[in-house]
Amino acid sequence: MNSRWVNIGFQLAALALALLFTTLILLAAGAPPLEAYKNIITGAFGSFKKFSDVLVSWVPLLLVSAGLLVTFATGLWNIGVEGQITLGAIATTWALRELQGTSLPPSLIIFLAILAGMAGGALWALLAGALKTFGGVNEIFGGLGLNFVATALTIYLIFGPWKRPGVASMSGTVPFDEALHLSLFPGLRLSPWALVIAIMAIVVIYFLLQGTYFGLRLKAVGRNFRAAYRLGVPTWQYMMLSFLICGALAGVAGAMQVTAVYYRLIPAISSGYGYLGLMVAMLVNYQAIWAAPVALFFAALNIGSIQLPIVLKLDSSLSGVLQGMLVLFVLIVEGIRQQLSRRS
Amino acid sequence: MKVELHGIHKYFGNNHANNDITLNIPAGTIQGILGENGAGKSTLMKILSGFIHADGGEILLDDKPVFIQSPANAIQYGVGMLHQDPLDFPPMRVIDNFLIGRTGGLFPNRASVAREFKLLAEQFGFFIDPDSYVDVLTVGERQQLEIIRLLWLGARVLILDEPTTGISASQKEKLFATLRILAGQGKTIIFVSHKLEDVDVLCHQVAVLRQGSLVGEAKKPFETKKLVGMMFGKEISLGARQVVGQQGGVLSLRGISIEDTRLKIKDVDLEVHAGEVIGLAGMEGSGQGSFLRACAGIVRPVDGRVKMRGRDLTGKSYHVYKRNGVEFLPAARLEEGLVPGLTLTEHFVLAEKQSGVFIDRGRGLRLAEERIKSFNIKGMPVSAIESLSGGNQQRALLSLLRDPLSLVLIEHPTRGLDIESVIYIWGKLKERCKQGAAIVFISSDLEEILQYSDRVLVFFSGRVSQPLDASTTTVEQLGQLIGGKGWAS
Repeated sequence: MNSRWVNIGFQLAALALALLFTTLILLAAGAPPLEAYKNIITGAFGSFKKFSDVLVSWVPLLLVSAGLLVTFATGLWNIGVEGQITLGAIATTWALRELQGTSLPPSLIIFLAILAGMAGGALWALLAGALKTFGGVNEIFGGLGLNFVATALTIYLIFGPWKRPGVASMSGTVPFDEALHLSLFPGLRLSPWALVIAIMAIVVIYFLLQGTYFGLRLKAVGRNFRAAYRLGVPTWQYMMLSFLICGALAGVAGAMQVTAVYYRLIPAISSGYGYLGLMVAMLVNYQAIWAAPVALFFAALNIGSIQLPIVLKLDSSLSGVLQGMLVLFVLIVEGIRQQLSRRS
Repeated sequence: MKVELHGIHKYFGNNHANNDITLNIPAGTIQGILGENGAGKSTLMKILSGFIHADGGEILLDDKPVFIQSPANAIQYGVGMLHQDPLDFPPMRVIDNFLIGRTGGLFPNRASVAREFKLLAEQFGFFIDPDSYVDVLTVGERQQLEIIRLLWLGARVLILDEPTTGISASQKEKLFATLRILAGQGKTIIFVSHKLEDVDVLCHQVAVLRQGSLVGEAKKPFETKKLVGMMFGKEISLGARQVVGQQGGVLSLRGISIEDTRLKIKDVDLEVHAGEVIGLAGMEGSGQGSFLRACAGIVRPVDGRVKMRGRDLTGKSYHVYKRNGVEFLPAARLEEGLVPGLTLTEHFVLAEKQSGVFIDRGRGLRLAEERIKSFNIKGMPVSAIESLSGGNQQRALLSLLRDPLSLVLIEHPTRGLDIESVIYIWGKLKERCKQGAAIVFISSDLEEILQYSDRVLVFFSGRVSQPLDASTTTVEQLGQLIGGKGWAS
């Protein structure tokens, strides 16, 4: 009990330090820090509409974080998650393009397109997994390489085969017909379907990791590959499965970006949610139960900082600075805590 | 150099690893430090060599009190330590290993250093090519390299931690001769061991540690019986040999050949019967490790057939062997055997057969409590496995074995354990034999092999002896075979 409060104290100290350093950066840039923080908070929670925008950003972040919790449990650094989101978006766009002319009911088309996105993300993840398992390529390098390929593929499709009639542009492919959009809450940009899918994903992953044989075996593989094998766990198969699950969830995140946010394929469709998801997973120390609130906090920072360029002439990347600082300080403080506990 | 330790204390948590230890070692002495595993020998030596700091007491070198901050600092004072597993850099050249501890100078002068190296090596009759890579050297040669390196860096006190484990008889003779020369030059040698016979032939004086305390000192000539009494606090008897009646064949090897990067084992035939215990003896790395793993399907033989209870499993994976009642328990418990970060309960759940998708926590907990009790494990169901002591980890490893089993393959079942744990663990293993399992195990402790085996196979650089009857073989005979004597060429 005591050590738990000490832990929370350390986490709060990390938060305070992150704020302190971001404040110093703001001061160095000649901006009023309090004003900036106030703007972020009102930008994220100032109105119901703004908060619903936070949730729009929360959906893909939560999906990706849920997937990454699985690969982290298996001891894998799935940096390739960015590319997996992108491939999910590409596959969804492909399915929508193929099916939009058919007589199938629109809701079925959307459903199939999301499944296609899931498969696209999973396939891209399996590629990274196969490179690791059969080719001996570290998943970090394999994933990073595949991210570049995914970006290049997006650009090629937007400026090549899927270009807008007349002139290709960075604004992406031709937007889909409104019938092929996931339905939204009236007056908001938030889709109830997307919200439900994201919440379902994190709940399923929580129970998967917490209470099932499958989750325990994943953890065993992640913590000690050789001992897990000796205890009878088919290790490489479990690694591939965890890539598959993470890729599928990242693919769904990509599908949500296409069917509920942009309604088309754009060059930066993954919007950095993959890297942000990695930070969330690290910050929650790989515990599923904290992923939802922390992802919400990150999403709020993202949306809140959109105000900054308009009001204070600051760049909105300030939220990225704060997020990065937070992760760094949480890791540093955790390291210090471990050193202290070892000494005593 | 004269070494004095005064009232050294060291705690690890609640464990009082060194309790008020005072030692005086005059220059030119070979000092033996005797004690069981876990008696506090290594802790004391790590304090003297700067790896860890004492919680109390002081160290005097040539009557001057010193505070030794780090191993690098220790060597500046002239204290060098040779570790049980040489702390060198196998993928690098001998000469680079040699240079690495030296401070100063951006560009080492390899040619002149190589000359110095050769000169030092010749002085002791060591033959090591400075341009060869460390990973092709034997453990004995790596030890020699380390000794020269420490002397070159200016060591006047040399600490050796269990140096005779894993080296050949001739290398041991050379090592002892070297140590005598060094002592003759006025250097102080501290020789840490749990082997009485080594201490007996080499040391001038000996200190015995038990459970962190200094329990006695003696000067040459030693009374072996008294030393044993000090080491264990009591006379230890292992009890009578136990032979379990043998039934039917379990494992059958026909013409097995194994190759790895260093060794070739050719054409081994062996029948293992239910209830039987077979001990594999040999210097570390003589082929017994690969052989044991081949019996589990972890190493694939290049030739020959492996059958389990009549079923041909040649070339199948370990998981197939496992389904046929084979279990392999590795020596590296935390590296290969257990999963650090998972609790005892989680280990039992993992090892048991899966029922359903969700884990029944209550059942897992009951299972853990039951096994903890029956295997006398000092730990809680929620204890992380790495928080247990070595002996308890070994018990946990054994308690994970499923029922029923046909064949248990174990590397060093009792290495690093105190004598009570050893007796307990073998009691459990013999129970398995009574239930019809066969056991094949590796040990570097010859007495353990003779005490608990029915038959013994001796390995010497890839050669495998015919099975010897353990009840009629003596430690001396076994020792000679292990050292390579008495083999028909």
